[in-house]
Amino acid sequence: MAAEKKLAGYICTGCGIGERLDAKQLQAVATREGKLPSVKQHPMLCGAEGVKLIQDDIDAGNATHIMIAACSRRSKVEAFSFPTVAMSRANLREGVIWARPEGDEHQETTQEMADDYIRMAAAEIKFMTVPESSGEQELNKTLLVVGGGMTGMTAAVEAAKAGYPVHLVCDEPVLGGVWKDLYKRVPFRAAAFDVPGGNDVDLPQPEDPGLDDLIEQVMANGRITVHLNAKITKTSGAPGRFSADLSMESGRTLTENFGAIVQATDYKPYDANQLPEFAYGTTPDVLTNFEFERLAKQANGAVIKRPSDGRAVKSVAFIQCAGQRSSNAGHLPYCSGFCCTESIKQAMYFKAQNPGCDATILFDDLRTPGAAGEDFYRSGQQAMVTFTKGQASAVVAAGGDLRVKFKDLILNEDTEMVCDLVVLATGQVPNTGPDPYAQLAVDEAPTEEEKAAARAALAVAPPSILNLDYRQGTDLPHLKHGFVDSHFICFPYETRRTGIYAAGPVRRPMDLKQAMDDAVGATMKAIQSLENAARGSAAHPRVGDLSYPRFRKEGCTQCKRCTVECPFGAINEDEQRYPQFNESRCRRCGTCMGACPVRVISFDNYSVDTVGQQLKAVDVPDEFSEKPRILCLACENDAYPALDMAAQSGEHITPFARVIPVRCLGSVSLSWVTDALNSGYDGIVLMGCRRDDDYQCHFVRGSAMAAERLSKVGDTLTQLNLETERVAVHEVAITDLKRAPAILNEMAETITRIGMSPFKF
Amino acid sequence: MGELNTAMIERYRNSFLKEVEANVEEGEWVKMCMQCGVCSGSCPLGKFWEHPPQEIFMMIRAGKREAVLQSESVWMCTSCYNCIVRCPRELPITHIMHGLAHYAKRLGLVPKTNPTAKFAQMFWDNLMVKGRINELKLGLALYFMNGFGDGIKVALKNQKLGMAMMKTGRMNPKEAFGGHAVKDLAGFHKVLKKAQELEDARIAQNGPPAGA
Repeated sequence: MAAEKKLAGYICTGCGIGERLDAKQLQAVATREGKLPSVKQHPMLCGAEGVKLIQDDIDAGNATHIMIAACSRRSKVEAFSFPTVAMSRANLREGVIWARPEGDEHQETTQEMADDYIRMAAAEIKFMTVPESSGEQELNKTLLVVGGGMTGMTAAVEAAKAGYPVHLVCDEPVLGGVWKDLYKRVPFRAAAFDVPGGNDVDLPQPEDPGLDDLIEQVMANGRITVHLNAKITKTSGAPGRFSADLSMESGRTLTENFGAIVQATDYKPYDANQLPEFAYGTTPDVLTNFEFERLAKQANGAVIKRPSDGRAVKSVAFIQCAGQRSSNAGHLPYCSGFCCTESIKQAMYFKAQNPGCDATILFDDLRTPGAAGEDFYRSGQQAMVTFTKGQASAVVAAGGDLRVKFKDLILNEDTEMVCDLVVLATGQVPNTGPDPYAQLAVDEAPTEEEKAAARAALAVAPPSILNLDYRQGTDLPHLKHGFVDSHFICFPYETRRTGIYAAGPVRRPMDLKQAMDDAVGATMKAIQSLENAARGSAAHPRVGDLSYPRFRKEGCTQCKRCTVECPFGAINEDEQRYPQFNESRCRRCGTCMGACPVRVISFDNYSVDTVGQQLKAVDVPDEFSEKPRILCLACENDAYPALDMAAQSGEHITPFARVIPVRCLGSVSLSWVTDALNSGYDGIVLMGCRRDDDYQCHFVRGSAMAAERLSKVGDTLTQLNLETERVAVHEVAITDLKRAPAILNEMAETITRIGMSPFKF
Repeated sequence: MGELNTAMIERYRNSFLKEVEANVEEGEWVKMCMQCGVCSGSCPLGKFWEHPPQEIFMMIRAGKREAVLQSESVWMCTSCYNCIVRCPRELPITHIMHGLAHYAKRLGLVPKTNPTAKFAQMFWDNLMVKGRINELKLGLALYFMNGFGDGIKVALKNQKLGMAMMKTGRMNPKEAFGGHAVKDLAGFHKVLKKAQELEDARIAQNGPPAGA
């Protein structure tokens, strides 16, 4: 990039901007106050002609830093895409004219709003540079797939099909994992579209599990290297340059480099020894669904016999939700989501293989997610499986029979049934490593007592799977109940370790079909990740962002806040305890920037200055003007779009608010708050995503970090003799179209009530 | 008919669901119920049923044979078809209720005092005579169902309605003397006889021989 900065401003007068605002005035502000040597206007800047106007200046070397005053930075991103120059956007359309009512009485304050946004964008651009690559990038197309089950094998095959070599690591002597005992699988398809309702129609039936086929595909694929009986003893690096030590059966250690990793370690069957009420362990005729599947596989289509005496089973009961969906100690609090269809399938084995056998499924809520879903339920009903809505409380073995005591929930009575065999529909426990934050809790516990408690929690944690050489622990962080994911609704497969994707039941409980679909999705994500890493661009959610955190080493005090607070564990520490940023592990949220007390962390196009200078550029009228100024720092993921969309739908905001988008509330530097108060702002509103449990923060912990840091702002305000109401933190969702503007308007009312800030000069 | 009942108990000792499947009209649908309760919620008389349809289906699966077949509930259905329209599994619930009532009748298990069953019998007997319903006779029979005194009371109460029906030609006093018949009364009886034979054959196939 040329060393000389050539600033240029472009003001669009289309979309009503020219009619509602005084364009001459805007031009004057940009030139005189914004100090932009060149400012041009166009009636439709996003059109071919307008874009050419800008591009010509860039091509002629007359513009290296451009300010575009037009619509929101979220609009017209394709038209205003000038990757070779630094660019700031003044939001005159959604931010000003759409957010304000028409009419002469509003004209003055509306124009002032627009003038300020020009000042802000002109100030911002002076502190931006074009993001430049760090030179850290590498393209490594090889994927590491951890787990040799159906999920892992599907991931390997899919990656290989897409042209990416794979190393498949399986800690068992054979492939198949938890799925290798399947006799048949729940069908992968729903009924044909034209199958009518009925009691004797063509519905999906249990089908061949397809395990052997898949193993064959894996073994025959030249791009897939299978390591059986292997474990990962160390993983280090970042997307594009992961290095993993594989400890082989022979005792040899193989070190390989990978671009990205898919963890498909599936689940562990629930330990039914915690279910003595169902006589588990006291008679071999009470089995878990996993154990029964093995029995069915042994029978291989012949009559299924009781384990205790080898007698053909004449009557079987399936107890759904055994040790699940319950808050009892040792039970799983969640629904495993696969056991209803699994029991239907297993009940159908009896209907097909044991003539005249009664099969009863005792359920509370029958849920049939997955491809075949409700059609498979009907399939079971057609086969005359008896579905009884009842809650089993006990199984008693007496005289060779089993008595299942249950409450019939429809007839509302306690009753019992007699049968030969009981199958417990038990759940999936994710096969994941220890939660890294459980380890950190030990390391960082302040007192010995707390250390001991944390150690006790860690003692029951499972052994590590990935053995990550990361500052923040050895494995993927847990979301809930030991499942690893960062948000299974909004961003599936994304974990909190960039470049490592979770597929299948490690992410959330699921059946085989969903696990295999998951493998495809996670593999695609992993491929994107390694390709992005090669280009130096970010992964989700700032996909394509080339900026990355730079830090001024000489200013760093080695306080470690950034390495501890990074939600993605991207930052390691070098031998001298300075942060090591690992660019391709970074999601560019800026939480480190917000954490840094000495402000040495910045991005090329986003820094303490780019925001700090904007808020200082705002014209703050004196105390007696009755024109307060409210600074709004809004998360670019939810709050800022919400404000844009609110304006689009005709919601009005106070003309005294000045909104600055931030990458995440976690990136907010406390210096911005102090600067704003010192500059005479009357109120500050911070809008971030919902935090903590059921969070919606795109960077998982950013919003929570910000809330924690800002919780101390009240003290600062009191020290300054200012009212604590002047700074407010709000959780705003993208759907809050009415609420987001209302929050700003409330702040304006608050200021009317408590009076203007005394810190105006 | 008591013997048929005993024979059926013997035959389907294990599963009332199978008995219903084989012998009740549309009974093969019962297994498809998913216990959502929409039928019970949709029934305009639902709160008056001792066992609404959802419960009846559950009771069949739970093997509560006597409770179902001796139940007053299956006689409560007014054939409004609300449940059929709303059932997500498309069960012909109205038909199943009538099927169950009919099967109970065949087995001789209907509660003696059930008014709907009594009326149904009355309706049937009335219809058999001429192949058409004789409104006057049916109405009078209904009024006097519970004795002479009660009949007079009910008749007086409905006097106005009766007069109006006569005035508009909906009821004819002359019908008291015989009444008019369908064109081919002998053919009508032949049809019914054949239907009875078919029904007997079906029961015979599923259970003991007719008349056993």
